[in-house]
Amino acid sequence: MQFGIFSVGDVTPDPHTGRAPTDTERVRSMLTIAEHADAAGLDVFATGEHHNPPFVPSSPTTMLGYLAGRTTQITLSTATTLITTNDPVRIAEEYAMLQVIADGRMDVMLGRGNTGPVYPWFGKDIRQGINLAVENYALLRRLWTQDVVDWSGQFRTPLQGFTSTPRPLDGVPPFVWHASIRSPEIAEQAAYYGDGFLHNAIFWPLEHTAAMIAFYRQRYEHHGHGRADQAIVGLGGQVFLRKQSQRAWDEFRPYFDEAPVYGHGPSMEEFTRETPLTVGSPQQAIDRYGALWEQMGHYQRQLFLVDHAGLPLKTVLEQIDILAEDVVPVLRREAEARRPADVPAAAPTHAELVAAARAAGTLTAAGPSTEGDRWTGRTAEDDLAAADAATVARA
Amino acid sequence: MVISAGVSQPSSTRLLADRLAEAVVAALAGHGEQTLVEVVEVRELAHEVVNATLTGFAGAALAQTQAAVAAADALVVVGPVFTAGPAGLLKSFVDTLDPDSLVGTPVLLAATGGTPRHSLVPDYAMRPWFAYLRADVVPTTVFAATDDWATDGGDRLASLPDRISRAAGELADRVAARPSTTRTGRYDDVPSFDDLLGGAGLS
Repeated sequence: MQFGIFSVGDVTPDPHTGRAPTDTERVRSMLTIAEHADAAGLDVFATGEHHNPPFVPSSPTTMLGYLAGRTTQITLSTATTLITTNDPVRIAEEYAMLQVIADGRMDVMLGRGNTGPVYPWFGKDIRQGINLAVENYALLRRLWTQDVVDWSGQFRTPLQGFTSTPRPLDGVPPFVWHASIRSPEIAEQAAYYGDGFLHNAIFWPLEHTAAMIAFYRQRYEHHGHGRADQAIVGLGGQVFLRKQSQRAWDEFRPYFDEAPVYGHGPSMEEFTRETPLTVGSPQQAIDRYGALWEQMGHYQRQLFLVDHAGLPLKTVLEQIDILAEDVVPVLRREAEARRPADVPAAAPTHAELVAAARAAGTLTAAGPSTEGDRWTGRTAEDDLAAADAATVARA
Repeated sequence: MVISAGVSQPSSTRLLADRLAEAVVAALAGHGEQTLVEVVEVRELAHEVVNATLTGFAGAALAQTQAAVAAADALVVVGPVFTAGPAGLLKSFVDTLDPDSLVGTPVLLAATGGTPRHSLVPDYAMRPWFAYLRADVVPTTVFAATDDWATDGGDRLASLPDRISRAAGELADRVAARPSTTRTGRYDDVPSFDDLLGGAGLS
Protein backbone atom coordinates (compact mmCIF):
# COMPACT_ATOMS: atom_id res chain seq x y z
CA MET A 1 0.00 0.00 0.00
CA GLN A 2 1.22 3.48 -0.84
CA PHE A 3 1.26 6.37 1.60
CA GLY A 4 2.01 9.88 0.55
CA ILE A 5 1.12 13.51 0.81
CA PHE A 6 -0.75 15.92 -1.40
CA SER A 7 -0.67 19.68 -1.40
CA VAL A 8 -3.19 22.23 -2.57
CA GLY A 9 -0.48 24.90 -2.39
CA ASP A 10 -2.57 27.38 -0.44
CA VAL A 11 -1.06 30.68 0.64
CA THR A 12 -2.55 31.19 4.09
CA PRO A 13 -1.38 33.53 6.85
CA ASP A 14 0.03 31.89 9.95
CA PRO A 15 -2.53 32.91 12.62
CA HIS A 16 0.28 33.46 15.15
CA THR A 17 2.07 36.05 13.05
CA GLY A 18 -0.58 37.16 10.57
CA ARG A 19 2.05 36.77 7.87
CA ALA A 20 1.45 34.79 4.69
CA PRO A 21 4.32 33.49 2.58
CA THR A 22 4.91 35.13 -0.78
CA ASP A 23 4.04 33.05 -3.82
CA THR A 24 7.73 32.44 -4.38
CA GLU A 25 8.23 31.25 -0.81
CA ARG A 26 5.21 28.97 -1.08
CA VAL A 27 6.35 27.37 -4.33
CA ARG A 28 9.78 26.76 -2.82
CA SER A 29 8.25 25.33 0.35
CA MET A 30 6.32 22.85 -1.79
CA LEU A 31 9.58 21.76 -3.41
CA THR A 32 11.22 21.36 -0.01
CA ILE A 33 8.25 19.40 1.28
CA ALA A 34 8.32 17.04 -1.69
CA GLU A 35 12.07 16.45 -1.41
CA HIS A 36 11.70 15.88 2.32
CA ALA A 37 8.91 13.36 1.75
CA ASP A 38 11.12 11.53 -0.73
CA ALA A 39 14.04 11.41 1.70
CA ALA A 40 11.77 10.34 4.56
CA GLY A 41 10.55 7.37 2.54
CA LEU A 42 6.95 8.33 1.76
CA ASP A 43 5.62 6.80 -1.45
CA VAL A 44 3.79 9.63 -3.21
CA PHE A 45 3.92 13.40 -3.58
CA ALA A 46 0.99 14.94 -5.42
CA THR A 47 0.46 18.59 -6.26
CA GLY A 48 -2.82 20.28 -6.97
CA GLU A 49 -3.50 22.52 -9.95
CA HIS A 50 -5.10 25.89 -9.34
CA HIS A 51 -5.54 29.04 -11.37
CA ASN A 52 -6.62 31.47 -8.69
CA PRO A 53 -5.14 32.94 -5.52
CA PRO A 54 -4.55 32.01 -2.75
CA PHE A 55 -3.15 28.92 -4.49
CA VAL A 56 0.22 28.84 -6.25
CA PRO A 57 0.57 25.53 -8.15
CA SER A 58 -0.69 26.42 -11.62
CA SER A 59 1.88 24.34 -13.52
CA PRO A 60 2.17 20.84 -12.10
CA THR A 61 4.50 19.35 -14.69
CA THR A 62 7.05 22.14 -14.30
CA MET A 63 7.15 21.46 -10.58
CA LEU A 64 7.11 17.68 -10.92
CA GLY A 65 9.73 17.75 -13.68
CA TYR A 66 12.11 19.57 -11.36
CA LEU A 67 11.27 17.15 -8.55
CA ALA A 68 11.90 14.19 -10.84
CA GLY A 69 15.51 15.30 -11.00
CA ARG A 70 15.76 16.10 -7.31
CA THR A 71 14.13 13.00 -5.83
CA THR A 72 15.04 9.34 -6.04
CA GLN A 73 12.18 7.05 -5.11
CA ILE A 74 8.93 8.93 -4.54
CA THR A 75 6.10 8.64 -7.07
CA LEU A 76 5.21 12.07 -8.45
CA SER A 77 1.54 12.69 -9.06
CA THR A 78 -1.18 15.31 -9.15
CA ALA A 79 -4.22 16.09 -7.02
CA THR A 80 -5.69 16.96 -9.40
CA THR A 81 -4.92 17.79 -13.03
CA LEU A 82 -7.86 19.67 -14.51
CA ILE A 83 -9.32 17.51 -17.27
CA THR A 84 -12.06 20.06 -17.92
CA THR A 85 -10.30 23.35 -18.53
CA ASN A 86 -6.94 22.13 -19.86
CA ASP A 87 -6.59 21.23 -23.50
CA PRO A 88 -6.29 17.43 -23.53
CA VAL A 89 -3.60 17.77 -26.19
CA ARG A 90 -1.47 19.77 -23.75
CA ILE A 91 -2.13 17.24 -20.98
CA ALA A 92 -1.04 14.44 -23.31
CA GLU A 93 2.14 16.27 -24.22
CA GLU A 94 3.09 17.62 -20.82
CA TYR A 95 2.50 14.41 -18.88
CA ALA A 96 4.21 12.24 -21.48
CA MET A 97 7.16 14.63 -21.21
CA LEU A 98 7.06 14.32 -17.42
CA GLN A 99 6.82 10.55 -17.72
CA VAL A 100 9.95 10.42 -19.86
CA ILE A 101 11.87 12.83 -17.62
CA ALA A 102 10.80 10.97 -14.46
CA ASP A 103 11.61 7.66 -16.13
CA GLY A 104 8.10 6.48 -15.37
CA ARG A 105 8.16 7.39 -11.67
CA MET A 106 4.87 9.29 -11.92
CA ASP A 107 1.17 8.97 -12.44
CA VAL A 108 -1.59 11.50 -12.88
CA MET A 109 -4.91 12.14 -11.18
CA LEU A 110 -7.64 13.86 -13.14
CA GLY A 111 -10.34 16.01 -11.62
CA ARG A 112 -12.82 18.61 -12.81
CA GLY A 113 -11.95 21.48 -10.48
CA ASN A 114 -14.53 23.23 -8.36
CA THR A 115 -13.66 26.90 -8.74
CA GLY A 116 -16.47 28.36 -10.83
CA PRO A 117 -14.67 31.24 -12.57
CA VAL A 118 -11.80 29.02 -13.76
CA TYR A 119 -14.13 27.54 -16.36
CA PRO A 120 -14.99 30.81 -18.11
CA TRP A 121 -11.41 32.04 -17.74
CA PHE A 122 -10.39 29.07 -19.86
CA GLY A 123 -13.34 29.42 -22.21
CA LYS A 124 -15.40 26.59 -20.75
CA ASP A 125 -18.85 26.21 -19.19
CA ILE A 126 -18.96 24.66 -15.72
CA ARG A 127 -22.34 23.11 -16.50
CA GLN A 128 -20.51 20.97 -19.05
CA GLY A 129 -18.09 19.69 -16.38
CA ILE A 130 -18.96 16.01 -16.69
CA ASN A 131 -19.14 16.11 -20.48
CA LEU A 132 -15.79 17.90 -20.64
CA ALA A 133 -14.24 15.24 -18.41
CA VAL A 134 -15.68 12.46 -20.56
CA GLU A 135 -14.72 13.87 -23.95
CA ASN A 136 -11.34 15.29 -22.98
CA TYR A 137 -10.24 12.05 -21.39
CA ALA A 138 -11.40 10.03 -24.37
CA LEU A 139 -9.16 12.22 -26.53
CA LEU A 140 -6.28 12.10 -24.04
CA ARG A 141 -6.28 8.31 -24.13
CA ARG A 142 -6.25 8.25 -27.90
CA LEU A 143 -3.38 10.73 -28.01
CA TRP A 144 -1.35 8.47 -25.74
CA THR A 145 -2.25 5.15 -27.33
CA GLN A 146 -2.50 6.03 -31.02
CA ASP A 147 0.44 7.48 -32.90
CA VAL A 148 -1.71 9.40 -35.34
CA VAL A 149 -5.03 10.82 -34.24
CA ASP A 150 -7.94 12.18 -36.22
CA TRP A 151 -10.40 13.75 -33.85
CA SER A 152 -13.58 15.71 -33.83
CA GLY A 153 -15.52 16.48 -30.68
CA GLN A 154 -17.65 19.16 -29.08
CA PHE A 155 -15.05 20.99 -27.08
CA ARG A 156 -11.83 21.55 -28.97
CA THR A 157 -10.82 22.27 -32.50
CA PRO A 158 -10.66 19.09 -34.62
CA LEU A 159 -7.39 17.26 -35.22
CA GLN A 160 -6.28 15.69 -38.47
CA GLY A 161 -3.14 13.58 -38.54
CA PHE A 162 -1.98 14.82 -35.15
CA THR A 163 0.75 13.06 -33.19
CA SER A 164 1.34 13.97 -29.55
CA THR A 165 5.02 13.95 -28.65
CA PRO A 166 6.99 12.66 -26.91
CA ARG A 167 5.31 9.31 -27.27
CA PRO A 168 4.69 7.73 -23.85
CA LEU A 169 7.68 6.05 -22.25
CA ASP A 170 8.11 2.50 -23.60
CA GLY A 171 4.83 2.98 -25.47
CA VAL A 172 2.82 2.77 -22.25
CA PRO A 173 0.81 5.76 -20.99
CA PRO A 174 1.02 6.90 -17.37
CA PHE A 175 -1.37 5.31 -14.91
CA VAL A 176 -4.44 7.50 -14.48
CA TRP A 177 -6.57 8.14 -11.43
CA HIS A 178 -9.90 9.93 -11.51
CA ALA A 179 -10.99 11.89 -8.48
CA SER A 180 -14.43 13.11 -7.57
CA ILE A 181 -16.18 13.86 -4.33
CA ARG A 182 -19.80 14.17 -5.41
CA SER A 183 -20.22 12.73 -8.89
CA PRO A 184 -20.79 9.03 -9.40
CA GLU A 185 -20.38 9.64 -13.15
CA ILE A 186 -16.65 10.06 -12.56
CA ALA A 187 -16.48 6.83 -10.55
CA GLU A 188 -18.25 5.22 -13.50
CA GLN A 189 -15.68 6.70 -15.87
CA ALA A 190 -12.79 5.33 -13.81
CA ALA A 191 -14.47 1.93 -13.65
CA TYR A 192 -15.17 1.88 -17.39
CA TYR A 193 -11.50 2.33 -18.25
CA GLY A 194 -10.16 0.24 -15.36
CA ASP A 195 -8.37 3.31 -14.03
CA GLY A 196 -7.89 4.22 -10.39
CA PHE A 197 -10.48 6.17 -8.41
CA LEU A 198 -9.61 8.45 -5.52
CA HIS A 199 -12.12 9.95 -3.16
CA ASN A 200 -10.73 12.94 -1.35
CA ALA A 201 -12.71 12.45 1.78
CA ILE A 202 -11.17 15.16 3.89
CA PHE A 203 -14.29 17.27 4.21
CA TRP A 204 -16.84 14.49 4.00
CA PRO A 205 -18.40 11.98 6.35
CA LEU A 206 -16.98 8.51 5.81
CA GLU A 207 -20.35 6.95 4.97
CA HIS A 208 -20.45 9.05 1.83
CA THR A 209 -16.93 7.98 0.87
CA ALA A 210 -17.74 4.34 1.49
CA ALA A 211 -20.83 4.51 -0.73
CA MET A 212 -18.87 6.14 -3.57
CA ILE A 213 -16.02 3.60 -3.33
CA ALA A 214 -18.47 0.70 -3.23
CA PHE A 215 -20.16 2.04 -6.37
CA TYR A 216 -16.79 2.35 -8.18
CA ARG A 217 -15.75 -1.16 -7.16
CA GLN A 218 -19.02 -2.69 -8.33
CA ARG A 219 -18.79 -0.88 -11.70
CA TYR A 220 -15.11 -1.85 -12.09
CA GLU A 221 -16.16 -5.48 -11.88
CA HIS A 222 -19.15 -4.84 -14.17
CA HIS A 223 -16.82 -3.46 -16.86
CA GLY A 224 -14.69 -6.58 -16.69
CA HIS A 225 -11.42 -5.32 -15.25
CA GLY A 226 -11.37 -7.75 -12.35
CA ARG A 227 -13.21 -8.35 -9.13
CA ALA A 228 -14.64 -5.42 -7.21
CA ASP A 229 -12.07 -5.89 -4.47
CA GLN A 230 -9.27 -5.64 -7.03
CA ALA A 231 -10.17 -2.13 -8.18
CA ILE A 232 -7.56 0.58 -7.57
CA VAL A 233 -8.78 2.84 -4.79
CA GLY A 234 -7.24 5.90 -3.21
CA LEU A 235 -8.37 8.06 -0.32
CA GLY A 236 -7.53 11.55 0.83
CA GLY A 237 -6.82 12.13 4.48
CA GLN A 238 -5.68 14.74 6.90
CA VAL A 239 -3.63 14.55 10.09
CA PHE A 240 -1.87 16.73 12.59
CA LEU A 241 0.27 14.66 14.92
CA ARG A 242 2.45 15.07 17.98
CA LYS A 243 3.78 12.46 20.37
CA GLN A 244 1.32 13.73 22.99
CA SER A 245 -2.23 13.99 21.75
CA GLN A 246 -3.06 17.10 23.81
CA ARG A 247 -0.09 18.95 22.35
CA ALA A 248 -1.32 18.20 18.85
CA TRP A 249 -4.76 19.59 19.73
CA ASP A 250 -3.37 22.74 21.32
CA GLU A 251 -0.92 23.38 18.51
CA PHE A 252 -3.28 22.73 15.61
CA ARG A 253 -6.39 24.45 16.96
CA PRO A 254 -5.45 28.05 16.02
CA TYR A 255 -4.68 26.87 12.47
CA PHE A 256 -7.94 24.95 12.27
CA ASP A 257 -9.98 27.83 13.67
CA GLU A 258 -8.59 30.35 11.19
CA ALA A 259 -8.23 28.15 8.09
CA PRO A 260 -10.27 29.46 5.16
CA VAL A 261 -11.56 25.99 4.31
CA TYR A 262 -13.07 25.07 7.65
CA GLY A 263 -12.54 27.94 10.07
CA HIS A 264 -15.61 29.40 11.78
CA GLY A 265 -17.69 26.38 10.83
CA PRO A 266 -17.81 23.11 12.74
CA SER A 267 -15.62 22.88 15.81
CA MET A 268 -12.42 20.86 15.57
CA GLU A 269 -14.14 18.30 17.81
CA GLU A 270 -17.04 17.95 15.36
CA PHE A 271 -14.76 17.95 12.35
CA THR A 272 -12.47 15.25 13.71
CA ARG A 273 -15.51 13.16 14.57
CA GLU A 274 -17.27 13.44 11.22
CA THR A 275 -14.38 13.56 8.76
CA PRO A 276 -11.05 11.70 8.56
CA LEU A 277 -9.17 14.68 10.06
CA THR A 278 -7.16 13.16 12.88
CA VAL A 279 -5.50 15.40 15.42
CA GLY A 280 -3.56 13.54 18.06
CA SER A 281 -0.82 10.99 18.58
CA PRO A 282 0.71 8.72 15.94
CA GLN A 283 -1.18 5.82 17.51
CA GLN A 284 -4.48 7.66 17.02
CA ALA A 285 -3.69 8.12 13.34
CA ILE A 286 -2.80 4.44 13.09
CA ASP A 287 -6.07 3.46 14.76
CA ARG A 288 -8.17 5.71 12.52
CA TYR A 289 -6.54 5.10 9.15
CA GLY A 290 -5.70 1.48 9.90
CA ALA A 291 -9.43 0.81 10.24
CA LEU A 292 -10.59 2.51 7.02
CA TRP A 293 -10.23 -0.70 5.04
CA GLU A 294 -13.13 -2.13 7.06
CA GLN A 295 -15.45 0.35 5.32
CA MET A 296 -13.57 0.86 2.04
CA GLY A 297 -12.07 -2.56 1.38
CA HIS A 298 -8.35 -3.01 0.88
CA TYR A 299 -7.15 0.08 -0.92
CA GLN A 300 -3.97 1.04 -2.65
CA ARG A 301 -3.15 4.65 -1.89
CA GLN A 302 -3.61 6.90 1.09
CA LEU A 303 -2.70 10.55 0.66
CA PHE A 304 -2.47 13.02 3.54
CA LEU A 305 -2.85 16.77 3.47
CA VAL A 306 -0.23 18.15 5.85
CA ASP A 307 0.99 21.52 4.53
CA HIS A 308 -2.07 23.75 4.53
CA ALA A 309 -3.78 26.36 6.73
CA GLY A 310 -0.66 28.47 7.21
CA LEU A 311 1.37 25.84 9.06
CA PRO A 312 5.06 26.83 9.13
CA LEU A 313 7.38 24.85 6.85
CA LYS A 314 9.32 23.52 9.85
CA THR A 315 6.11 22.10 11.34
CA VAL A 316 5.14 20.52 8.02
CA LEU A 317 8.52 18.79 7.74
CA GLU A 318 8.07 17.50 11.30
CA GLN A 319 4.65 16.15 10.32
CA ILE A 320 6.22 14.30 7.40
CA ASP A 321 8.83 12.81 9.75
CA ILE A 322 6.18 11.67 12.23
CA LEU A 323 4.17 10.11 9.41
CA ALA A 324 7.18 8.42 7.87
CA GLU A 325 8.69 7.17 11.14
CA ASP A 326 5.80 6.46 13.48
CA VAL A 327 2.68 5.96 11.39
CA VAL A 328 3.27 4.73 7.85
CA PRO A 329 5.55 1.76 8.70
CA VAL A 330 2.86 0.34 10.97
CA LEU A 331 0.02 1.01 8.53
CA ARG A 332 2.02 -0.43 5.66
CA ARG A 333 2.84 -3.59 7.61
CA GLU A 334 -0.75 -4.07 8.77
CA ALA A 335 -2.13 -3.47 5.27
CA GLU A 336 0.28 -5.95 3.74
CA ALA A 337 -0.53 -8.57 6.37
CA ARG A 338 -4.27 -8.53 5.67
CA ARG A 339 -4.16 -7.99 1.90
CA PRO A 340 -5.37 -10.97 -0.14
CA ALA A 341 -2.62 -12.18 -2.47
CA ASP A 342 -4.63 -11.40 -5.62
CA VAL A 343 -5.53 -7.83 -4.61
CA PRO A 344 -3.01 -5.26 -5.88
CA ALA A 345 -0.78 -3.85 -3.16
CA ALA A 346 -0.43 -0.50 -4.88
CA ALA A 347 -1.31 1.38 -8.01
CA PRO A 348 0.61 -0.15 -10.92
CA THR A 349 4.12 1.17 -11.51
CA HIS A 350 5.44 1.96 -14.96
CA ALA A 351 7.41 -1.31 -15.03
CA GLU A 352 4.27 -3.25 -14.15
CA LEU A 353 2.27 -1.49 -16.84
CA VAL A 354 4.96 -2.30 -19.41
CA ALA A 355 5.01 -5.94 -18.33
CA ALA A 356 1.21 -6.11 -18.47
CA ALA A 357 1.13 -4.55 -21.94
CA ARG A 358 3.76 -6.99 -23.17
CA ALA A 359 1.84 -9.91 -21.72
CA ALA A 360 -1.36 -8.70 -23.33
CA GLY A 361 0.40 -8.07 -26.62
CA THR A 362 -0.96 -4.54 -26.75
CA LEU A 363 2.33 -2.73 -26.61
CA THR A 364 2.37 -0.08 -29.28
CA ALA A 365 5.53 0.97 -31.07
CA ALA A 366 7.81 3.04 -28.86
CA GLY A 367 7.04 6.03 -31.02
CA PRO A 368 6.47 7.20 -34.53
CA SER A 369 9.27 7.15 -37.04
CA THR A 370 11.51 10.17 -36.91
CA GLU A 371 12.16 10.05 -40.62
CA GLY A 372 9.34 12.25 -41.67
CA ASP A 373 5.66 12.84 -41.91
CA ARG A 374 4.79 9.36 -43.00
CA TRP A 375 1.24 9.72 -41.84
CA THR A 376 0.48 12.70 -44.01
CA GLY A 377 2.67 11.57 -46.87
CA ARG A 378 4.02 15.09 -47.05
CA THR A 379 7.33 16.67 -46.19
CA ALA A 380 8.16 20.12 -44.97
CA GLU A 381 9.53 20.83 -48.45
CA ASP A 382 6.19 19.88 -49.99
CA ASP A 383 4.48 22.27 -47.62
CA LEU A 384 6.91 25.05 -48.47
CA ALA A 385 6.45 24.45 -52.16
CA ALA A 386 2.70 24.49 -51.75
CA ALA A 387 2.91 27.69 -49.74
CA ASP A 388 5.09 29.29 -52.40
CA ALA A 389 2.70 28.24 -55.13
CA ALA A 390 -0.21 29.69 -53.16
CA THR A 391 1.66 32.94 -52.66
CA VAL A 392 2.43 33.16 -56.36
CA ALA A 393 -1.16 32.35 -57.24
CA ARG A 394 -2.46 35.13 -54.98
CA ALA A 395 0.05 37.57 -56.36
CA MET B 1 -43.36 16.07 6.47
CA VAL B 2 -43.59 19.39 8.28
CA ILE B 3 -40.69 21.81 8.32
CA SER B 4 -41.08 24.45 10.98
CA ALA B 5 -38.53 27.20 11.27
CA GLY B 6 -39.74 29.09 14.32
CA VAL B 7 -36.97 30.18 16.62
CA SER B 8 -38.71 30.62 19.98
CA GLN B 9 -40.25 27.86 22.02
CA PRO B 10 -43.18 27.69 21.96
CA SER B 11 -43.49 29.45 18.63
CA SER B 12 -46.52 30.60 16.69
CA THR B 13 -44.80 29.15 13.61
CA ARG B 14 -44.94 25.69 15.15
CA LEU B 15 -48.51 26.34 16.21
CA LEU B 16 -49.47 27.09 12.61
CA ALA B 17 -47.43 24.12 11.39
CA ASP B 18 -49.33 21.78 13.69
CA ARG B 19 -52.68 23.19 12.62
CA LEU B 20 -51.75 22.71 8.98
CA ALA B 21 -50.55 19.16 9.62
CA GLU B 22 -53.82 18.26 11.36
CA ALA B 23 -55.80 19.72 8.49
CA VAL B 24 -53.77 17.83 5.90
CA VAL B 25 -54.19 14.55 7.79
CA ALA B 26 -57.94 15.15 7.97
CA ALA B 27 -58.18 16.02 4.30
CA LEU B 28 -56.18 12.94 3.31
CA ALA B 29 -58.41 10.80 5.50
CA GLY B 30 -61.22 12.06 3.25
CA HIS B 31 -59.31 10.44 0.37
CA GLY B 32 -59.00 7.25 2.36
CA GLU B 33 -55.30 7.84 3.00
CA GLN B 34 -53.52 7.25 6.27
CA THR B 35 -50.83 9.81 6.95
CA LEU B 36 -47.66 9.65 8.96
CA VAL B 37 -46.52 13.14 10.00
CA GLU B 38 -42.92 13.87 10.77
CA VAL B 39 -42.00 17.33 12.09
CA VAL B 40 -38.60 18.94 11.70
CA GLU B 41 -37.74 21.88 13.91
CA VAL B 42 -35.07 23.65 11.89
CA ARG B 43 -34.00 25.34 15.13
CA GLU B 44 -32.59 22.01 16.32
CA LEU B 45 -30.48 21.75 13.17
CA ALA B 46 -29.39 25.38 13.17
CA HIS B 47 -25.71 24.76 13.86
CA GLU B 48 -25.49 21.92 11.37
CA VAL B 49 -27.20 24.11 8.76
CA VAL B 50 -24.58 26.81 9.23
CA ASN B 51 -21.77 24.25 9.24
CA ALA B 52 -23.07 22.70 6.04
CA THR B 53 -23.29 26.14 4.47
CA LEU B 54 -19.60 26.70 5.25
CA THR B 55 -18.21 23.23 4.58
CA GLY B 56 -20.51 21.89 1.87
CA PHE B 57 -21.34 18.68 3.72
CA ALA B 58 -24.11 17.84 6.14
CA GLY B 59 -23.59 16.50 9.63
CA ALA B 60 -25.36 13.33 10.66
CA ALA B 61 -28.67 14.82 11.86
CA LEU B 62 -28.99 17.17 8.91
CA ALA B 63 -28.15 14.41 6.45
CA GLN B 64 -30.88 12.26 7.98
CA THR B 65 -33.37 15.12 7.63
CA GLN B 66 -32.35 15.76 4.03
CA ALA B 67 -33.00 12.11 3.23
CA ALA B 68 -36.38 12.24 4.96
CA VAL B 69 -37.33 15.39 3.04
CA ALA B 70 -36.39 13.72 -0.23
CA ALA B 71 -38.49 10.68 0.65
CA ALA B 72 -41.55 12.60 1.84
CA ASP B 73 -44.83 12.39 -0.11
CA ALA B 74 -45.56 16.04 0.71
CA LEU B 75 -44.10 18.97 2.61
CA VAL B 76 -45.59 21.67 4.76
CA VAL B 77 -43.05 24.46 5.12
CA VAL B 78 -43.65 27.18 7.69
CA GLY B 79 -41.35 30.01 8.61
CA PRO B 80 -41.52 33.22 10.59
CA VAL B 81 -41.18 36.55 8.79
CA PHE B 82 -38.25 38.65 9.95
CA THR B 83 -37.35 42.00 8.40
CA ALA B 84 -39.83 41.72 5.54
CA GLY B 85 -38.80 38.21 4.52
CA PRO B 86 -38.73 34.61 5.71
CA ALA B 87 -36.23 33.84 8.48
CA GLY B 88 -32.78 33.32 6.96
CA LEU B 89 -32.46 30.09 8.89
CA LEU B 90 -35.25 28.56 6.82
CA LYS B 91 -33.65 29.67 3.55
CA SER B 92 -30.29 28.34 4.71
CA PHE B 93 -31.90 24.99 5.46
CA VAL B 94 -33.53 24.92 2.03
CA ASP B 95 -30.13 25.81 0.54
CA THR B 96 -28.66 22.60 1.95
CA LEU B 97 -31.19 20.39 0.12
CA ASP B 98 -30.14 18.49 -2.97
CA PRO B 99 -31.60 20.52 -5.85
CA ASP B 100 -33.23 17.41 -7.29
CA SER B 101 -34.67 16.11 -4.07
CA LEU B 102 -38.06 17.89 -4.28
CA VAL B 103 -38.90 17.55 -7.96
CA GLY B 104 -42.66 17.04 -8.17
CA THR B 105 -43.21 16.93 -4.42
CA PRO B 106 -46.46 18.65 -3.35
CA VAL B 107 -45.63 21.56 -1.02
CA LEU B 108 -47.77 23.82 1.12
CA LEU B 109 -46.17 27.13 2.09
CA ALA B 110 -47.02 29.14 5.17
CA ALA B 111 -45.57 31.90 7.30
CA THR B 112 -46.23 33.77 10.50
CA GLY B 113 -45.63 37.41 11.31
CA GLY B 114 -46.58 40.30 13.52
CA THR B 115 -48.88 42.11 11.11
CA PRO B 116 -51.00 41.19 8.08
CA ARG B 117 -48.86 43.54 6.01
CA HIS B 118 -46.45 40.62 5.46
CA SER B 119 -49.18 38.41 4.04
CA LEU B 120 -47.58 37.95 0.63
CA VAL B 121 -44.22 36.75 1.97
CA PRO B 122 -44.93 33.07 1.25
CA ASP B 123 -45.87 33.96 -2.32
CA TYR B 124 -43.24 36.47 -3.28
CA ALA B 125 -40.34 35.12 -1.22
CA MET B 126 -40.83 31.40 -0.56
CA ARG B 127 -42.63 30.27 -3.70
CA PRO B 128 -39.65 31.05 -5.97
CA TRP B 129 -37.37 28.76 -3.94
CA PHE B 130 -39.67 25.83 -4.52
CA ALA B 131 -40.32 26.81 -8.11
CA TYR B 132 -36.55 26.59 -8.61
CA LEU B 133 -36.57 23.16 -6.95
CA ARG B 134 -39.42 22.17 -9.30
CA ALA B 135 -41.68 21.25 -6.40
CA ASP B 136 -45.44 21.26 -6.87
CA VAL B 137 -46.55 24.22 -4.70
CA VAL B 138 -50.28 24.44 -4.03
CA PRO B 139 -52.01 27.70 -5.01
CA THR B 140 -53.14 28.71 -1.52
CA THR B 141 -50.47 29.82 0.92
CA VAL B 142 -51.27 30.54 4.54
CA PHE B 143 -50.09 33.58 6.40
CA ALA B 144 -50.98 33.98 10.07
CA ALA B 145 -50.50 37.38 11.65
CA THR B 146 -50.80 37.84 15.38
CA ASP B 147 -54.39 39.00 15.00
CA ASP B 148 -55.33 35.79 13.21
CA TRP B 149 -54.96 33.89 16.46
CA ALA B 150 -57.92 35.81 17.89
CA THR B 151 -60.90 33.57 18.52
CA ASP B 152 -62.74 34.76 15.44
CA GLY B 153 -59.75 34.02 13.27
CA GLY B 154 -58.94 37.68 12.66
CA ASP B 155 -60.32 38.07 9.15
CA ARG B 156 -64.07 37.48 9.25
CA LEU B 157 -64.40 36.89 5.52
CA ALA B 158 -61.49 34.47 5.15
CA SER B 159 -60.59 33.27 8.62
CA LEU B 160 -57.36 31.48 9.39
CA PRO B 161 -59.14 28.14 9.88
CA ASP B 162 -60.78 28.59 6.49
CA ARG B 163 -57.47 29.32 4.81
CA ILE B 164 -55.78 26.39 6.55
CA SER B 165 -58.58 24.11 5.45
CA ARG B 166 -58.46 25.31 1.85
CA ALA B 167 -54.67 24.96 1.58
CA ALA B 168 -54.69 21.55 3.27
CA GLY B 169 -57.41 20.39 0.89
CA GLU B 170 -55.34 21.44 -2.11
CA LEU B 171 -52.29 19.61 -0.76
CA ALA B 172 -54.30 16.48 0.00
CA ASP B 173 -55.76 16.48 -3.52
CA ARG B 174 -52.26 16.62 -5.00
CA VAL B 175 -50.96 13.85 -2.78
CA ALA B 176 -53.94 11.61 -3.44
CA ALA B 177 -53.68 12.15 -7.19
CA ARG B 178 -49.98 11.37 -7.27
CA PRO B 179 -48.69 7.82 -7.33
CA SER B 180 -46.63 7.14 -4.24
CA THR B 181 -43.07 7.22 -5.49
CA THR B 182 -39.85 5.96 -4.10
CA ARG B 183 -37.21 8.45 -4.99
CA THR B 184 -34.02 6.94 -6.35
CA GLY B 185 -30.75 7.25 -4.47
CA ARG B 186 -27.57 8.90 -5.64
CA TYR B 187 -26.30 5.72 -7.27
CA ASP B 188 -29.52 4.38 -8.74
CA ASP B 189 -29.70 6.42 -11.92
CA VAL B 190 -26.07 7.03 -12.84
CA PRO B 191 -25.88 6.85 -16.62
CA SER B 192 -23.78 4.01 -17.96
CA PHE B 193 -20.51 5.12 -19.43
CA ASP B 194 -21.67 4.26 -22.91
CA ASP B 195 -24.47 6.77 -22.37
CA LEU B 196 -21.98 9.32 -21.08
CA LEU B 197 -19.84 8.81 -24.16
CA GLY B 198 -22.95 8.98 -26.31
CA GLY B 199 -23.92 12.24 -24.66
CA ALA B 200 -20.51 13.56 -25.61
CA GLY B 201 -21.09 12.36 -29.18
CA LEU B 202 -18.27 9.83 -28.98
CA SER B 203 -19.99 6.51 -29.53
